[in-house]
Amino acid sequence: MTGFVASLITLGFLAQVLRIAIPYVLAALGGTLSERAGVIDLALEAKLLMGAFAAAVLGYETGSIAVGIAGAAAAGVAVAAIQALWSVRLGADQVVTGIALNLGAFGFTRYFLGVRYGQGANSPRFDGVGTGVLTNPITWIAAALVALVVVGLWQTRLGLRVRAVGERPDAVAAAGVSVARVRWAAVLIGGAIAGVGGAQLSLPVDGFVAEASGGRGYVALAAVIMSGWRPGRAALWCLAFGLADAVQYRMQTHGVGLPAELTRLLPYVLALVLLAVWPRRVAPPRALGQPD
Amino acid sequence: MTAPAMRVRASRRFGDCVALADAALEVAAGTVHALCGENGAGKSTLMRVVYGLERADRGELELGERIDLARHGVAQAQARGVGMVHQHGMLVPTLTLADNAALGHEPVRGGRYDRAAAARALVAAAARLGQRLDPDALAGDLTVGEQQRAELAMVAARATRLLILDEPTALLAPREVDALFAMVRAFADGGGAVVLVTHKLDEVMAVADEVTVLRAGRTVASWSAEVTAAEIARAMIGGEPPPPATRAPTPAADAAIALAIEGVAAPGPRGGGAVDVTLRVAAGEVVGVAGVEGNGQRELALAVAGLAPVARGAVAVGGVDVTRATVAARRALGLAHVPEDRHLHGLVQGASVADNVALGRLAEVGRGPLIDRAAVATLTTQLLAAHDVRPADPAARAGALSGGNQQKLVVARELDRPGLRAVLAVHPTRGVDLAASARIHARLRDVAAAGAAVLLIAADLDELLALCHRVVVMHRGALAGELAGAALAAPDARARLGAWMVGATP
Repeated sequence: MTGFVASLITLGFLAQVLRIAIPYVLAALGGTLSERAGVIDLALEAKLLMGAFAAAVLGYETGSIAVGIAGAAAAGVAVAAIQALWSVRLGADQVVTGIALNLGAFGFTRYFLGVRYGQGANSPRFDGVGTGVLTNPITWIAAALVALVVVGLWQTRLGLRVRAVGERPDAVAAAGVSVARVRWAAVLIGGAIAGVGGAQLSLPVDGFVAEASGGRGYVALAAVIMSGWRPGRAALWCLAFGLADAVQYRMQTHGVGLPAELTRLLPYVLALVLLAVWPRRVAPPRALGQPD
Repeated sequence: MTAPAMRVRASRRFGDCVALADAALEVAAGTVHALCGENGAGKSTLMRVVYGLERADRGELELGERIDLARHGVAQAQARGVGMVHQHGMLVPTLTLADNAALGHEPVRGGRYDRAAAARALVAAAARLGQRLDPDALAGDLTVGEQQRAELAMVAARATRLLILDEPTALLAPREVDALFAMVRAFADGGGAVVLVTHKLDEVMAVADEVTVLRAGRTVASWSAEVTAAEIARAMIGGEPPPPATRAPTPAADAAIALAIEGVAAPGPRGGGAVDVTLRVAAGEVVGVAGVEGNGQRELALAVAGLAPVARGAVAVGGVDVTRATVAARRALGLAHVPEDRHLHGLVQGASVADNVALGRLAEVGRGPLIDRAAVATLTTQLLAAHDVRPADPAARAGALSGGNQQKLVVARELDRPGLRAVLAVHPTRGVDLAASARIHARLRDVAAAGAAVLLIAADLDELLALCHRVVVMHRGALAGELAGAALAAPDARARLGAWMVGATP
């Protein structure tokens, strides 16, 4: 037990927290953008999964980490484009669309692995970015993206329009701005960011494992809601989830006497408890979930 | 003669409903043009076509030169100097006034949105209209009057050719209306054209140089010279206007209190609401509640009706405390409710007229757990005939009725029933045509004459002054003043009520 506690007060543990938190952070940033524009982002799970998958497959096929990361962003955009087509263009139910995309991504990745590599659960291993944190380009990309999204949302023309369109799309239209265009932009940019978050699930472990997203997209969405749709705070909440996740890994490796099946639940239970007890002072974007 | 500032002719259908049938309007520069018509006449739709928010199926538009309507949009209208202040406001509540003003035309410096420049531009635009405002205030924190003034400043700053105001006075106190009209006049005197969309004839007479009347999507009359309010009213209705409303006989001084509201506090979902309201309405008395919308009238009404909890204080119907009673218990005691929102609380839009009658009158048509369909049919047929609801078809879907007929149906169901003791009527004639309004007014008068207490919450001072024995004013959730009897008939009654509505002491 003392070994377990001592292991938490190390730089290695801090690095582990950051490494684990990055997919949550990037998914939450992407989700904040979509939801601020009024589109419920239940498809974060699919964006993470497709990002992880594209990064591993392209990384393996081209041998380039940069291509892998770019591919992850592109995969996130692809999922976001389908989401926007259904949610913004066709006015379909946004919750159902998101769930369908998540289920579709699970099926697609397994199918592709089977067809291309003859196995349904793993992509071939290759040299990824390694488990180091400071040597991982995604760490720096993530840090830059947190700053960019915060600045972008509050200090740019598009950011102002995104914040407006999630509240009063009719007012945005009356101001002569296309509601659909602003929503498309927010959802696609958000998709790219969440996709990069997916790369962090495969590149540090040198390959893609089926269902690698493991529900992180939903936890990230919880962070978005608890943050009151504010990207900086959402990132902080994601660090908390990363911390919970890291703690449960250490509990497993140090054998604190709880079954792994239980300790693994820690971040999800934390999200559930926080959602219940965290005071909801901030109202969601008023037009969230409403097509035009 | 110079070319008009704006000329439009348009047709538009929504499904089976003809909104515009070749409606036409021509507005000269430097004039205030009133566009009049009953609700549903197509006034807003026509103006939305001009502003590029609504497509026209067919038509033509000139803004200095011929405009291709197929490619027309808000951005194009704005580029031609057209601005529109919308009926329900178009401010994003979570943004500051400066952000709202900048939306769509954001000043940019060094790649970033220049908030300071947006704020300076808005303050300058407001100053030109003689206003002062705080550009950093959140729009949602302002009163509707403040929001509307800010919106006018934003729109007027860009509109050089044509300023469209869609029912701008619906949410304003009389004093604020005067200030608004002064700004409108100043804009026209500066060479701009103004279209004032309204159905209030006193406003037309006060400010307009020219008048056009729409009825059922068609332009039926247009005057540029002297015209009387009666002529405009006849054109709007297409016939003789109904006689003005009358007051019920004054109840005896010792009449029992039928509806008592004692120190009621009922907070709203976003704060505000009613704070501490005490109001006792005697049997046979009609008491009006005036006030600018959003000053707690809605919360008070929902609390009295039993649709929202009473935080403090008590409500009694016929001397029986109903503070914690269910809606059904209140109805059983003789409380009737004509709700503000007939879509939300008044009618089930997708159900038949007969089912809607049955829902409100279950005590009469219910037989244990079953409904006596024959009784429903008899009751419905009788109500539809007695209250002139058209079509008089019990099987028609309630939502398919016109606004006026829907409201007549609600009023018939609520007021024409045995054991009626107290009536809570909230904006009962809003969005209702003049003929239906007159019937509803007569109905309220009749139930009061028959001994029911009537609490009438309305925005229209004329309606309140005509029907009520006593009028109170709500401001910031509390009663700010009261006029009764002779003081109501005095010429300064409107001014005194109007002053209380904005929190001033007359």
